[in-house]
Amino acid sequence: MLSQPDMAALLITLRLAATTTLILLLLGTPLAWWLATTRSRARSAIEAVIALPLVLPPTVLGFYLLLAFSPDGPIGATTAALSLPSMAFSFWGLVLGSAIYSLPFVVQPLQNSFASLGRMPLEVAATLGAGPLDRFISVVLPLSKMGYLTAAVLGFAHTLGEFGVVLMIGGNIPGETQVLSIAIYDHVEALEYSQAHWLAAGLLLCSFLVLLMIYSANRRFHLMKTT
Amino acid sequence: MQRVEQAFEVSSEHEIRIIRGSSGKHYAQIRNGAPFDIFLSADQLRPRRLVEEGFAVKSSLTTYAHGQLALWSRVDDLPLDREYLLNTDNYRVIAMANPRLAPYGQAALEVFSSLGLEALVREKLVMGENIAQAFQFAFSGNADLGLVAYSQALSPNMLGQQGSVWLVPSELHQPIKQDMVILSDSPAALEFASYMKSSAVQDILLSGGYLLPEGAP
Repeated sequence: MLSQPDMAALLITLRLAATTTLILLLLGTPLAWWLATTRSRARSAIEAVIALPLVLPPTVLGFYLLLAFSPDGPIGATTAALSLPSMAFSFWGLVLGSAIYSLPFVVQPLQNSFASLGRMPLEVAATLGAGPLDRFISVVLPLSKMGYLTAAVLGFAHTLGEFGVVLMIGGNIPGETQVLSIAIYDHVEALEYSQAHWLAAGLLLCSFLVLLMIYSANRRFHLMKTT
Repeated sequence: MQRVEQAFEVSSEHEIRIIRGSSGKHYAQIRNGAPFDIFLSADQLRPRRLVEEGFAVKSSLTTYAHGQLALWSRVDDLPLDREYLLNTDNYRVIAMANPRLAPYGQAALEVFSSLGLEALVREKLVMGENIAQAFQFAFSGNADLGLVAYSQALSPNMLGQQGSVWLVPSELHQPIKQDMVILSDSPAALEFASYMKSSAVQDILLSGGYLLPEGAP
């Protein structure tokens, strides 16, 4: 069924998706909060930048990352100056690429969720004497559960399906940068169609279940709110 | 291929459209009804399979060129040769094409094993899905060296770009035979297939970094 390299690809993919989602939830929270509450003129520009991965082909991102990672690119020069290993062909390079690539899928649901709260609950909490952090943890977070679930699931699922960026900056190293979508591509190219089917059908089923979960949770949530 | 296309269209009333892609992808597309007239593969396996499976004209199967492998770096004036490759302290990352997918990758692997380098370079290898990507890794500088197609190092798009190149001696790997096969009964395909054997095309192939198959005039 699944060969050992395919198994390794599956594990790398899950690790990549989980790491990326976690990082994006941490970074996306303050960013989404700022976007949901600010009146700054820069907001539209920042929103447009965040939405770019929705419209750009992943190969554009991959190509520029590859150039940025090179010894005279900005990221490559920085890692070299800090005597860190190069980001190209490494797991953390993929994490960086995936984080940029999946950013809108995490930030947008969070932003919508924060925006829909309105100012009322926070002002009430403030009059009751809650500090900013307390307000965020005990008022905003519980009320934004659905937003976080959507953001996490979409971020995770979108990273699972990533191909173009990894293709450009991964280097196809088993156990390090060889993810599922690349393994499927390799099987198809090598005319190993039955292995390709196993992985492709597995990924299809997995993605469907993830989306089914989020849509049914969403529905239950709305039912709960209306009853 | 661009030069072959231009030369053909000057000498013929037919026009051709080139569809680039990896041999494996084209194989899958042809099997599923892609409307191509002729298939110039980078290997022998895939055209042969198409013939066996009845998607291609058996009598048209022929080797049109032998690819050559080159060691390439974007750094100017490196003394690239066998000794440079053998001294693995010279480089951290070396790019090649995936040997499961690309004949140039297979040849690169054979070079490593002829030189007894297999175990030493394992940690340094990065693989492109095809030879174009392997070249891109070396071209962008993310890989210090690349085992690429000699034709890439000589590509017209590279003019003005320096870099260092070493043509890997052909005895270090099996010949990289590239086959073509006709897929339709279009007269243009027949004409193009015979044009590929003409001296005009052979000159283009030779100057582009390929060798001619044995028995070529």
